[in-house]
Parts: sequence; structure tokens; C-alpha cells
Amino acid sequence: MRILEDEGYDMKNHGLIALQNVFKTYQLGESTIHAINSVSLAIEKGEFVAVIGPSGSGKSTLMHICSLLDNPSSGTITFEGVDTTNFSEEQLAHIRNQKVGFVFQQFNLLPRTSALENVQLPLLYTDITRHERQQRARDMLAGVGLGDRLNNTPSQLSGGQQQRVAIARALINNPEVIFADEPTGNLDTKSGREIMDLMTDLHREGKTIVLVTHESEVAAFAKRIISMRDGKIVSDRKDGKKVHLKNKGGGR
Amino acid sequence: MKFNLRNVTRVALRALVTNKTRSTLTTLGIIIGVMAVILLVSFGSGLEKMITQQFEDLGTNLLFVMPGKFQFRDSREGGPPGVASNKLTQKDAERVARKVQTVEATLPITTTNATITYRGEETSTFIIGSTEQYETFRKSPVMSGKWFGKKDVDSGKRVAVAGMTVVEDLFGTKDPIGEKVSISGKKYQIIGVLESKGATFGNDQDDQLIIPISTLRQQFNIDKLSYFYVRVHEGADLEASMREIREVLGQRLEENEFSVLNSQELLSTFQNILGTITAALGGIAAISLLVGGIGIMNIMLVSVTERTREIGLRKAVGATPKTILFQFLMEAVILSLLGGIIGTLLGVLIGAIANNFLPVNTPLWAVLVAFGVSAAVGIIFGVYPARRAARLSPIEALRYE
Repeated sequence: MRILEDEGYDMKNHGLIALQNVFKTYQLGESTIHAINSVSLAIEKGEFVAVIGPSGSGKSTLMHICSLLDNPSSGTITFEGVDTTNFSEEQLAHIRNQKVGFVFQQFNLLPRTSALENVQLPLLYTDITRHERQQRARDMLAGVGLGDRLNNTPSQLSGGQQQRVAIARALINNPEVIFADEPTGNLDTKSGREIMDLMTDLHREGKTIVLVTHESEVAAFAKRIISMRDGKIVSDRKDGKKVHLKNKGGGR
Repeated sequence: MKFNLRNVTRVALRALVTNKTRSTLTTLGIIIGVMAVILLVSFGSGLEKMITQQFEDLGTNLLFVMPGKFQFRDSREGGPPGVASNKLTQKDAERVARKVQTVEATLPITTTNATITYRGEETSTFIIGSTEQYETFRKSPVMSGKWFGKKDVDSGKRVAVAGMTVVEDLFGTKDPIGEKVSISGKKYQIIGVLESKGATFGNDQDDQLIIPISTLRQQFNIDKLSYFYVRVHEGADLEASMREIREVLGQRLEENEFSVLNSQELLSTFQNILGTITAALGGIAAISLLVGGIGIMNIMLVSVTERTREIGLRKAVGATPKTILFQFLMEAVILSLLGGIIGTLLGVLIGAIANNFLPVNTPLWAVLVAFGVSAAVGIIFGVYPARRAARLSPIEALRYE
């Protein structure tokens, strides 16, 4: 990315995404809720991370903040070495467009719209020509095994197929990192397994993957497992070993 | 950041096509509004054009003398007096013709309504009593038969020249020339049929019967004139002539018992009235355009709420608030512009068809204004929903059920 090289950041020392002493608080009547309570974390390029925890533990909020969908109440987020604290909505949208892919539990495909057009969605916000958009969308759908379902609308596809369209959409801008929020939550065991196999393949091809789930079988596909409770990270293990953050900042 | 107008337009069009019924019904509001504005303005403008044309046909060297004091602006005071206070007679017309040097001729007119019958057929019509000069003064030639002559007027003969409507009502397709009709009980011979003139203000100009003024005076016992025309010599000073006519008439009549008007003054009075009518009609139609605009805003607000998740998704994958704003604004503008185009086409088309039986003239400015206003309506009523969409937080939008 332009800004990075211009300002001479050393990406290796910062990882892909780094959170320093991040809080996310909500005001609920009189009481203050800490959805994220002082979290510091670094995700390296090429990692396969699962964030687990019971509902309300803040794992989804953490993912939203890591993916620049949501702003923290305090703390800094560094993306590819660049502090995003003062980024405008436009700049954040641009990073999400260029560097991030999303997969949701609800698939979030546009209804009454063909798979081919759904996959192209992120490219509508780039300067890529229509012809190239379609070509890439075809390739992506073929890559997830839906080369013969280009013109089907979501209602004509099974849950597993819909989620594969969503994965093709997440991949079309060739992102650095894919964020998946309960990607198997709405699928049967077999389809869920196929989706996780697809994720594993993507990881092998070098993509960074951050997965949020409450199912331990799904989390088992990941190499690193971050466990959350009450807005805090309670354990962070990679290949069974504890992960230490190089720079804990002002963490408590 | 990337902002691609072509993509925004494409996305907006897709969304509209996906909701065909809703888009069509929303557009209908604008179509009706624009069509109403164009049709009503066309109608007002058509009337104005026709009246102007008729005055121009009469010629600029024509003056009118009417009983009573004619008020240009405020018709509540004065106006044509009742029969009792009308003191204008044919003698006045003759004196003007005789005494004012610049006057070429005068044409007395007395009008009344009467029932005409012919072999069991009956119709009520407008009777004009005048002289043989009516033909040249009013450029009213016969299409068959002949006009009555000076002798007929002098002798008070019972002859009549009929308008097309009267002829059709009484005779159907039969040739009326030489037939005898009964006007309020007296027999008249039809000697001519006038060329058709059409209608003004829904007032059928062919629904009239012209008889010698002497005959009318005799039968209906009306010795006062409804008004009379004065034709001045070509090139004469109109203002000076009017002054002289006033002097001559003033010798016998009080100042407030007659008015001398020229066609230009009368025309501008009519144009004034018609301009007001046209503006009022256009204003009423504009209200329906406003209602159409509110319809667009309403449907766009529903659309933003309904597509909250879609907005969240688009933002997640890289749409900026500005892109979302423009997408929804574009949808509103496309709806209203489409309505504007269809409404304009329908308005012009219906106007052209109506032109066969009503005076319709579609001015270019009406088309441009209706078109411009419909585009403005789209932007004005589209901004609020579009801003709402643009301001949605992607997280909350994605969570929306």
C-alpha cells in the first residue's frame, strides 16, 4: 500500500493487524458495558486464527474492530503498520475494499441477484472494468466449485452453495485477510465441513484468516486460538503454545 | 477514494429493475403530476393564443363602443349595464360615422336569445342583429347562399344568415337555403350559411343566427345597441380618432354611459385574465407534482429501511458514505426523471390529440419547466432518504433484522 512504503514502516515488526489497549464501551442506561476491555493483540500475515468464546464475550466486536468495520472507543489499531486511528470513513472503506474480505453467518447475498453479480460487488467500488469484473467473478466461482451456477440467485442455491458464493465474493479483490463470522453457523455438518476445508485451502495458499466461532470443532481447523470472555482475551495459543505480544503497550 | 458514476448508475438501475412494481407505481405519481402541469398550461396558453389570433384577425384599425363604463382591472364596478341604463342607439353609431372624419364605417350590433323552430325541430340560439357590413367587419363570409343586402336591412326583411351549428341542429344534412324557419313565432327565410369559426371559451361561434338589425328591432322591440364597431381609415391616428368619437358621443350621452376601446386594450385585458387562469391551473397541477415527490421520498425511505442489510454489506466491502448517498439519490432521480420524460411525452401527445376539439398550445417553456422540476423533485425528495442510508453504521446495518 502506498502510504506504508512512503512512510517507511517495517511491516515485520507490526504484523498485519495490531491492536493496542483497545476498549469498546457502550452506554446502556446508567451502566457502561465493556464489549472489549483492554485488548492488545497482533495478527501476523498468513496466520489462521480462530476467536472463540461464549455469546456476549466480545468476539464478534473484536472481529469488527480488527476488520475496520467498527471503531474502538479507545486504543489504536494498526493495519499493515499504519495507525488507523485518524482515518476517515472513506479511507477505512478503501482499506476494507482492497485488503479485507468478509464472510458472514447470514451469507448476506443480495436477493434476486445472480451469483455472478453478487461476487462482483466489492469490485463495483473500484475502477476495474465491467469485462474484467465478470471474468474475475467467473474465475472465483469456478474456484469454489460453482462454475455451473453463475446465473442462479441465492434462493436457487443451497446454504452451502450460498456460503461458497460469499467466499468467492470475499476473495475477488484478492485481500490480505479474510474475516469469517460464524461461517458455518447456518449450515449442516457436511456443508460446514466443506466450507472449513475451503478455508483451510485458502490458508495453505497463504491467505490470513480470522474466524469467529463458538464451536470448538470449527475452531480446531485454525492454528491459533484466541479465547475471549467478558471482553478480555483469556487465552491465546498457537500450535498449543502461549502467544506473547512483543509490545504490550499500556495493557493492564 | 474511488467514485465511479457509471457503476453508481448501474447499481441504481439494477435496484429499480429488481423492484419493478414499486418503481412503476412511484413513477406514476410524477408522470401524472408532470402531465397535469403540461396539459393545463397548454390549455391556458392555447386559449390565449386563439384569442390573440382572433383579435389580430379583426385588424388593428377597429374600435369598440360599448354602453356603460368599461373597467379594465376591476370588473365588480361598472361593467356592461342592464337594459334599462343602456342608452346607446343606432343613431349614435350613424352620427360617429358621419361626423368623425377618420371613421370609415360603423357596425351596430344588437343581440338577443331566441328559440328557432323548423318542422318540429327546435333549437335555442344567439340572434345577432346587424347590417350587411357585418360580413366585411367580422370577416364572416357565407359558404353557401348569400348575405342579406342593404335593401333588406333598410326594409326590415325577414331573412337570416345561419351558423353551422344552427343549420345542423335544425336541418341535419338537408340544404337549408331558401327554407323558412320560425324565430319566436315569426317566419324567416334562411338565405346563407356562414363559414365555420369553431369555439372560443367553449362558446360555439357557429351557434348563431344573423338577421337585419331593423328586423330584430321591430320584432323584439329592442332599440338599444349591445355595442358597435368603428373602423377607422388605414393609417389614421387611433388615439385622436378615439378622442373625436368620445366628443361626438358626449354631445348626447353622459361620460359614464359609454366606453370607446381599441382592440389592443381589449386584448391585453383578456391576456391578463388568461395569464392568471393559466398560472392558477399550473399551480394546482404543481401540487400533484409535489405529492408525487413526497411519494418518491416515502418509497425511498421504505427502500432504505428494507435494504439496511444491503447497505451494511456494501459499506463492509468498500462503498463509502458518498457512494451510498449517490446510489440512493440516483435511484430517486432516475425515478423522477423517468416520470418527467413519460409525463412530458404523454402531456404533449394528449395535448396534440385534444387540439382537435380544444384550443391547446404546448409552450416549450412548460415542457422545460416540468422536466426541470421533476429532476429537482427527485434530488430534493431523494436527499433525505439517501443521507439516512449513507449515515448508517455498517455494523448496525449488517445486524439489522
